[in-house]
Amino acid sequence: MTETAAAAAAPFTLERRRARRRAAWRRRRLVLLLMAPWLIGFSAFFGYPLVMSVYLSFTHYDLLSSPKWIGLANYKYLFRDDPQVGPAVKNTLWLIGIMVPLQVLFAFGVALMLARAKRGVGFFRTIFYLPALAPPVAATMAFVYLLNPATGPVNIILEKLGISGPLWFQSPQWSKPSLTLLSLWGVGTLMIIFLAAILDAPRQLYESAELDGAGPFQRLRWVTLPTISPVILFSVVISVIAALQYFTQAYVAANIAAGQASQAGDQTVNNLGYPEGSTLFYPVLLYEQGFKFFNMGYASALTVLLLAVAFTITVLIIRHSRRWVHYAGAVK
Amino acid sequence: MRRAVIAAVVLVGVAAAIVGGTARSSAHAGTKVDTITVWVGWSARELKAFKSIAAEYDKNHPDVNIKVVGGINDDKITAAIRSGNVPDVVSSFTSANVGSYCKSGAWLDLKPFLSKDKLNVNVFPKTSQYYTQFNGKRCALPFLADVYGFYYNKKMFKAAGLKGPPKTMSQLTAYAKKLTKRGANGSIKVAGFNPFLGFYAGNAPDLSAYAPLFGAKYIDGSGKSQLSKDPAWGRLLRWQKGLVDFYGYKNLQKFNAGAADEFSASHAFEIGKLAMMIDGEWRVAFIKAEHPELDYGTAPAPVDDAHQNLYGAGYVNGTIIGIPKGVKHKDQAWALLKYLTFNAHPLALFSNAIRNVPTTKQSLNSPEIKPDPRFKTFLNIFSNPNSKTSPITAAGNAYGTLIQAFAVKWQAGHAGDLTKGLQKLDKQIDAQLKQAQAGGVP
Repeated sequence: MTETAAAAAAPFTLERRRARRRAAWRRRRLVLLLMAPWLIGFSAFFGYPLVMSVYLSFTHYDLLSSPKWIGLANYKYLFRDDPQVGPAVKNTLWLIGIMVPLQVLFAFGVALMLARAKRGVGFFRTIFYLPALAPPVAATMAFVYLLNPATGPVNIILEKLGISGPLWFQSPQWSKPSLTLLSLWGVGTLMIIFLAAILDAPRQLYESAELDGAGPFQRLRWVTLPTISPVILFSVVISVIAALQYFTQAYVAANIAAGQASQAGDQTVNNLGYPEGSTLFYPVLLYEQGFKFFNMGYASALTVLLLAVAFTITVLIIRHSRRWVHYAGAVK
Repeated sequence: MRRAVIAAVVLVGVAAAIVGGTARSSAHAGTKVDTITVWVGWSARELKAFKSIAAEYDKNHPDVNIKVVGGINDDKITAAIRSGNVPDVVSSFTSANVGSYCKSGAWLDLKPFLSKDKLNVNVFPKTSQYYTQFNGKRCALPFLADVYGFYYNKKMFKAAGLKGPPKTMSQLTAYAKKLTKRGANGSIKVAGFNPFLGFYAGNAPDLSAYAPLFGAKYIDGSGKSQLSKDPAWGRLLRWQKGLVDFYGYKNLQKFNAGAADEFSASHAFEIGKLAMMIDGEWRVAFIKAEHPELDYGTAPAPVDDAHQNLYGAGYVNGTIIGIPKGVKHKDQAWALLKYLTFNAHPLALFSNAIRNVPTTKQSLNSPEIKPDPRFKTFLNIFSNPNSKTSPITAAGNAYGTLIQAFAVKWQAGHAGDLTKGLQKLDKQIDAQLKQAQAGGVP
């Protein structure tokens, strides 16, 4: 009897197991199907280019003939011989060290003011956000025009006030500060993120702090900052990554300031980095090598290094952030 | 019923397609029209002129339809070749890229075509022969050249008591000082000669327009950079810095920032803010179109005092034209290419229209060339045996970027010792050439 029952139960269990497996497979298939658009997009536009960039970085590739394997030669040239890499790295570090903190501080400051505004809130929020909508090329052209040392309104006004204005985009000392001014003007997106975080901070915390006698600065230091610290971390990370990829504004400003705007596409004229290489940021160098000199193998090596550096910096910031970022509801 | 209607519609559609297709193919068989696409870099007035040259060919060749696309640069050319969707004839203003095009086979080797038609490239001057090949592989032909010479404002010369154009660099400096007018705070109202590297095409910061005037050579017999070994480079840079210092670096920067774009009608020379300049022959046509009232003269550019025998020479560059890999109408493309580059008639007509220099020896003396003494100067410079172009290397014109990086620091006074700086520059250029050749240059 027991044997018969066991014999009857065995195919039944097997059948159930099979059915469960089939259901699991169907579920997996559905998940895969739903994820397919993302997976295809990720593989085609991220995975494939990434793998190809790594491969091409070990080749000599002029975009026209097939890549030729040359081992580490591109990396040797990058780290040992290329005289443009050093200045490009320094210029990019300047952006990370000076432009990014200023952007974050400025956006935070504006957001704080807007959070406190009592009247015309909508108007001011719009005014401060509006520049972020300007296309980078148009905004850069406008700034180069405004800051033209000879004909620009800024220097004309400064001259009337008895101040000899700087050469702005024409001077290696002032070109990066000029680009920084441009970036501060267009800081609207960061400002909106900060504003949302500040307005989202729990009221009761401020009320308790006030009851404990905390002044405005103490409330900012001990309530606002810890509450919005995840947003600060996010802003710092995306700003650093944007600085590592800083290209459009530098490309446009250099070409217009050098006075060759009409020939920007003409490859006999090379204004990248104007003036005196002060705006030759790492991505600009990468573009120059890949698309101006058709040296795509070497440009790929530059890309791989950029990826490694961006990854390392992001990891360092996130690790360091554990000391100062507070997540509401996080279990310690 | 519904099915019957659908079937009827499909049937009619298929029948119409078949009839239409047949009609089209018989029309094609009757006229044998193939569309030949030509890509050129010219735009606006110059593109219009090229289109009229192409239209004449089109009219005389019923078997082809010529389609001209203007405003093309090397990025677009490369992208097209990579995608396989290429025009039939392609041209570029950047002769320095001929190395990439020839060694990669992206532009077809023209030797078989030339041999088949028994054509000899010796009809082109040596300089043009040089910048249309790489390491003996000819994948391009010259299609009008750009030649740099000297422009001077005759009215200002008369007012300053100067008779003719300067012939040496020391004369140029003296004339520049005499012709310069300054504002109260030292600002420049009128520049006698603006030596600032990066200001307009005649001051290309890679020093290309100045090198032939000093007899300066880029590369030695073994293919190594020799900027520190050839004393001409030092003389060139010292002369240039001397004149920059006369004006004041900051004053020049302000003058340049206030000057209009060089391809606008407010060009500083054309509106009397610049008394003398080095520029390409095309300026003759620009002045005629934009400021015909301007009283100016042309001459060969002044030369190094130590090499006065070089007077008459200048920098030469030019448009290169060829057939891209993957071309659909190879024979028709070659027929058009041959016509544009070897036939004196289109060369003369196009030269008249855009005042670029025609590139065959025959076309230089063609009776069709409209006589113009100001333009004749450039024809003479082109024929001068000492006229030079920049070297074509495996790295294209990337070495120019390194020269530029040093030269612009030098003129700003940030480069330190000149000899040491040039020695360092030589090493950098050698390393760059080595890197560019890493894949093996044929």
